[in-house]
This record gives sequence, C-alpha cells and structure tokens, in this order.
Amino acid sequence: MLDGVTRRFGTVLALQDVTLRVRRRELVALIGPSGCGKSTLLDLVCGLQIADAGRVALPDGERTVLMPQGDTLLPWADALDNAALALRVAGTPRREARERARAELDALGLGDFARARPATLSGGMRQRIAVARTLLSGAGVVCLDEPFGALDAITRAEAQRWLTSTLAREPRTVLLVTHDTEEAALLADRIVVLSARPGRVVADIAVPLATPRSATDPAVLAVRERALAALGVDR
Amino acid sequence: MIAPLLVVLLLLGGWQAFTALEDVDEFLLPSPTDVLTALWDDRGLLWDNFRVTAGEMGLGLLIAMVAGALLALALHRWQPLRRGVYPLLVGSQTVPIPIFAPLLAAWLGFDLTPKLVIVALVCFFPVVVPTLDALTTADAGQRKLMRGLGASRWQTLRFVEAPAALPALFTGARLAIAVAAIAAFLAETAGSESGLGHLITQSIPQLETARAFAAVLVLSLFSVTLYGALALAERRLAPWAQLPKGPVL
Repeated sequence: MLDGVTRRFGTVLALQDVTLRVRRRELVALIGPSGCGKSTLLDLVCGLQIADAGRVALPDGERTVLMPQGDTLLPWADALDNAALALRVAGTPRREARERARAELDALGLGDFARARPATLSGGMRQRIAVARTLLSGAGVVCLDEPFGALDAITRAEAQRWLTSTLAREPRTVLLVTHDTEEAALLADRIVVLSARPGRVVADIAVPLATPRSATDPAVLAVRERALAALGVDR
Repeated sequence: MIAPLLVVLLLLGGWQAFTALEDVDEFLLPSPTDVLTALWDDRGLLWDNFRVTAGEMGLGLLIAMVAGALLALALHRWQPLRRGVYPLLVGSQTVPIPIFAPLLAAWLGFDLTPKLVIVALVCFFPVVVPTLDALTTADAGQRKLMRGLGASRWQTLRFVEAPAALPALFTGARLAIAVAAIAAFLAETAGSESGLGHLITQSIPQLETARAFAAVLVLSLFSVTLYGALALAERRLAPWAQLPKGPVL
C-alpha cells in the first residue's frame, strides 16, 4: 500500500521511508508517539496529501475513505442524514440515501437514534454514527483516525466491541490510527509501530488471535507488552 | 423581567417629576404622559406612517439578507473577487447617508425605491461580514471529512459551509436592525411624503414634540419586535446553533 514513502512539511520530516503492506480485509493498527505522522499517513493513503518520495498504491479499483480525528458529525443534521452523507456526496438522492442509512443504522444497532441530532447523543453514539457513515461510503479501504480516542474507558470498551462485531458483519480493509496499545491489541490483525518524528516503522507485530478478544486475556496482554516495548515505553 | 421594568419605571417617574416640578414647556420636553396622550390621539396618523416605515425596514432588511448572503457566497467562492470587492464593501459604509439620500431621491423619486436602497445599503454590511467569516471558518475536521469523501467544492458548501454560516447570517441581520431604523429615518428625511421619519421631521417645527416622541417610541418598539421575530426565526431555522436559553429578548 505504501512503498518507501517520505513526507516533509518545509524542513520538518514527518514520515521517512515508510513501507506498509496491508492485506485485503486486514485490520492494521498504527501506533506511535504524538506527532509521528500517523494522521499524515492516513492522508497519504486517502489521497489528501501527496508523498514527496515513494509510492502510494491501492489494489485495483479500491476506494478509500477517511474518518478524521475528532467529532465530525454535522450538528445541523440528524443521525440519519449524517450517516447518509457519504452516499449523498456520491450522488445518491436524499430519500434513497436516507433509506439505506436507516437500514445500516438498524443493522448496527443504532436505529433508535436515527432522528437525533448529534448534540443530544452521547460521545460513544456519535462516534458509532460516524463509523456507520464511513462504512456507508462503500469504500474498501477504511482509514479511522483515533475513532474512540476521546471516549472514557468504559464507553471506549463498548465502542471497540461494537466495532469488532460491525467489521465481522461488513469486512473491510482497515487502517486504525490509535495511541492506545490496548485498543490496538484488542482490534488489530497487525500492529505497526512508528517511531517519533520522523516517523519510521520500528516494529510490525502480528496478532494471530481470534476476535472478539478480552483485554485481560494473557495473549492480548503479551501483545501489548511487545507494542509498548517497541514504543520504548518502560514497563 | 422585573429588574428592567423597575429601571424603566424609575426613569419614567423621574422624567415625569422633572417636567412637572420644573414646569418645562411641552414642546421643549414633553412628559411621559404627554407622549402617551400623543400616542393615543395621533394613533391613526402614527399607524399610517408606521406602515410605510415598517415596510421600508422589513423589505430593506430582507433585501440586505438575500443580497448579503449571495455576496458572501460569491466572495467565499472566488478569492480574487474577495480581494477586489471587500475593500469596496468597507468603503461603501463610509458613504455619508444624509448627503447621499437626497441624491437618491432625485434619481429614483420619492417613493419606496430610494428608501429600500438606503436601508439595504446600510444593513448589507453587518450581514455580509459575519456570514463570510462563518463560511471561511467552517470546521476544519468537517472539511477534511468532505475531502476524504471526495466531495466537490459545491458539495462542501452545501453540506458543511452553508449550514455553518446560517446562524451567522441571522446574527448579522439582528445587528442590522439597529441601523435599519436609522437608515429608514435618514432616507425619509431626505425626501418623502410619509413614514415615521417624515412625521418626526414635520412634528418638531410644528412644536408637536410629543408626537415626535411618540413616533420615536413606535419606531423603537418595532425594532425590538423585529429583533424578536428574527431571533425566533433563527431558532426555527437553525435550532442546532447554541443560542442562549430563555426568552429571545
């Protein structure tokens, strides 16, 4: 997917010679210290930035979609219109887009919130609606930038379980940026650890465990330990 | 609600007492009761002229909102246009209305048109500035989302920027009300046969000061009502905007 990619902003080197191969339907978690270029990497994959060197290549005919960091639901639209946004942008008429969004929200257990505006929804619900919107775009490669980063621990655990079951229903190739080794160990098929700026791949940890996983499973803890060691965090 | 009422009553009481104790001539300073009497006695006259001025203000404001929103969209869409037109827009606000208004009356006649031009011209600016700002400062995360979805500029405008700017358009319109009344007044003094501004300028030399005060009162009350109506419209059309809770005024 990425082949020797370098990206600089002025004199600052954000990413240096990053090579990343992702298999179809694989969930790769990208972790690394703040400012290591994780979000930049997603931008490159989604074509929102151009690499200064190296190559970004997607499998034939695959489209990408980005769920940016933070809460990007539109405050004036209800959950249904928010979820339908990707379809609307793709040119689907409003009625049809809303019908399909309705079916998707129902399928993902969010049907009860369809008519609610974001301000009346909890943080966990808002992020789920945003994920549903991202999936509704139909893109095969989904880039999630810290989707649950702002949530409290309990809400995040629920949202992570929800994401696991959602991706089991609708398998996609996923790049998940996170700063949370637990999230990476719970969700990912592979964990790619980036160094501090300039971001380089310092570890590539396979996680051959079945999902859903438990945070207290010794195998999951062992994965976290390896990830933390790669990050250089003392334990 | 009690506190402002008390303040107003206290002021009015002081005013009334002052005119009574000092025995001020009514044409120099009418007492509150004189004004109320004029309000009642001249109600027909005030109503007829009020309708003219209310039309000028309401319609002028509507034109300013529509034209202001369209211009803000255009300036937002085309950066060179923004650089070229924005200074002119600021410059337009320095046109001295009292000098410009009689000329407009000479060009366009004594009817509604020159008044609408002046009210719209004055109200235009407070509408354009916040609307344009809101269009350009729409949430960066939402913009990125739209780019990530492959949205066109038009789609970003339609789904993100325009809704984000709607509350600002209303804020601008509410600010514009304050100047709309002054603009309508000046436009009428420059050349007209009706309207509250016309009535006020006629009443003073006729020593009907109480009537002039009554006309000012009507104009103020109308401005307050218009403000409330706009705030209500904003709540209906942009209910997501974080308006202060409680009554609209």
